[in-house]
Amino acid sequence: MAAILSIRDLRKTYDGGFQALKGVSLDIEEGEILALLGPNGAGKTTLISTICGITTATSGSVSVGGFDNVGQFRQARALIGLVPQEITLEPFTKVLDTVTFSRGLFGKPASPALVEDVLRKLSLWEKRDSRIMDLSGGMKRRVLIAKALAHEPRILFLDEPTAGVDVELRKDMWGIVRELKADGVTIILTTHYIEEAEAIADRVGVITGGELLLVEEKEQLMARMGQKQLEVQLTAPVTAIPAALAQHNLQIVNGGDALLYTYDTRAERTGITTLLNDVAEAGLVLADVQTRESSLEDIFVGLVSGGKASGGAVSGDAA
Amino acid sequence: MNWTAVATIYRAEMARFWRTFLQSFISPVLSTSLYFVVFGSAIGSRIQEVDGVEYGAFIVPGLVMLSVITQSISNASFGIYFPKFIGNIYEILSAPINFLEVVAGFVGAAATKSLFIGTVILCTASLFVDLSIQHPLAMVAFLVLTCLSFSLMGFIIGIWAGNFEQLQLVPLLVVTPLVFLGGSFYSISMLPPVWQTITLFNPVVYLVSGFRWAFFGQADVPVLLSLGAIGGFTLACMAVIWWIFKTGWRIRA
Repeated sequence: MAAILSIRDLRKTYDGGFQALKGVSLDIEEGEILALLGPNGAGKTTLISTICGITTATSGSVSVGGFDNVGQFRQARALIGLVPQEITLEPFTKVLDTVTFSRGLFGKPASPALVEDVLRKLSLWEKRDSRIMDLSGGMKRRVLIAKALAHEPRILFLDEPTAGVDVELRKDMWGIVRELKADGVTIILTTHYIEEAEAIADRVGVITGGELLLVEEKEQLMARMGQKQLEVQLTAPVTAIPAALAQHNLQIVNGGDALLYTYDTRAERTGITTLLNDVAEAGLVLADVQTRESSLEDIFVGLVSGGKASGGAVSGDAA
Repeated sequence: MNWTAVATIYRAEMARFWRTFLQSFISPVLSTSLYFVVFGSAIGSRIQEVDGVEYGAFIVPGLVMLSVITQSISNASFGIYFPKFIGNIYEILSAPINFLEVVAGFVGAAATKSLFIGTVILCTASLFVDLSIQHPLAMVAFLVLTCLSFSLMGFIIGIWAGNFEQLQLVPLLVVTPLVFLGGSFYSISMLPPVWQTITLFNPVVYLVSGFRWAFFGQADVPVLLSLGAIGGFTLACMAVIWWIFKTGWRIRA
């Protein structure tokens, strides 16, 4: 697949001297969902703002669909839809009017049919004559998405689309994102909810301190860096690990009620069979066994706290 | 030029005007009527004529200028400050439009509104006094140019302003005094010689004088100088706005 968005060594230093982006390079392929994951203040919003033309880059370049976002800003920006993080809508306007406005602002001829289609997809059609101030928070977010989609962009930026929304609405939003992807829209979303990236992204980029630590297929990332844990629950508690089990690197958890075994899912042998045999030989009686995969969150915490991607800096807490 | 975008911004700005049409219409009618009752009738009855023109009629150009200038500034400054305040200016900054198109939409709408109000005031005034317009074309030209140039200035103020107080500051502290002291209600020749010289540094003098010339054929300063002054002012505002968009001052980080 061809890159629809190419970012090269993008740097941004604000007037106060704060370096928000320290040379970010990134290619985004057409039709994918990329989640930019990072803590607050990592540079996620600055990155999006710089691509969209709201912030001026200090150096570096951005090419959108082959158009430079400064020199050919008209062609470049026409391809982009932006959903901002904050709810920024004029309270007194009506839903239909503000969405129609967004289409016109991008120079597209009026198309009531298309606007209706967008509003219907976002379950806003019934609310088309409502004023923004009369809508719920969730509806307002949908209006922001409708505005961004009104000019038929090929790339959609969602800046923290689910920050501060309840679980149900978040799932709703994920559904919308998946539908958009099915329509062929490339989606770049920022989030600090790992769950979100895990649920909908094809690729995950981790950004912190203005640097992109890594960009990788979500599945690969989790497989490469993911660890699995096996918790062996015992009928009678132990105070020390029996000598026969020393070679397995076990941890005692739950006050001695369980033993925790950490293994690599990608290794040729996980060592589980040997472990369970050894447990039985040591005279311990199993009550139950449980396995747990390390989540993207574990990987993320490992990355951000450990600086640059080191491949194995993953720690998993006892379940 | 992305004319669709210009028309879109223009229409959205005008929509705000139509929403509050009644107050947009009634307030200038009322204030003009009050000026005529106070200045035209109560005070004007004691003043015979100014430069051969009946006082009630003499103040009409100044009155129109006063309203048009303040309305242009407040309409345009509010128009661009509001999206800045709400935050939806992101949409304008990320749209495929350049500064000329943004300005054409916002300033065009603000100028249209004040042009409308200026016309309403003229119509109201004609109910009170016998208005003769000697140079109708020049009158229209001065009116349109004033609406445009002060809307441009308002646009700059709207971008500069960091809060609602600052939005009021320049109109209140600078523009209103300049307009009142700019010969709206008197002829410069009525002032002591020293003040006649000082007053020539007030740019509004040239506007009011030129506008009055269009009505009565008499001016405090040569009419071409008036035209040059307002033309120069328009260009200066355009240059400032061009610089604002080039550098992103106060709008683009």
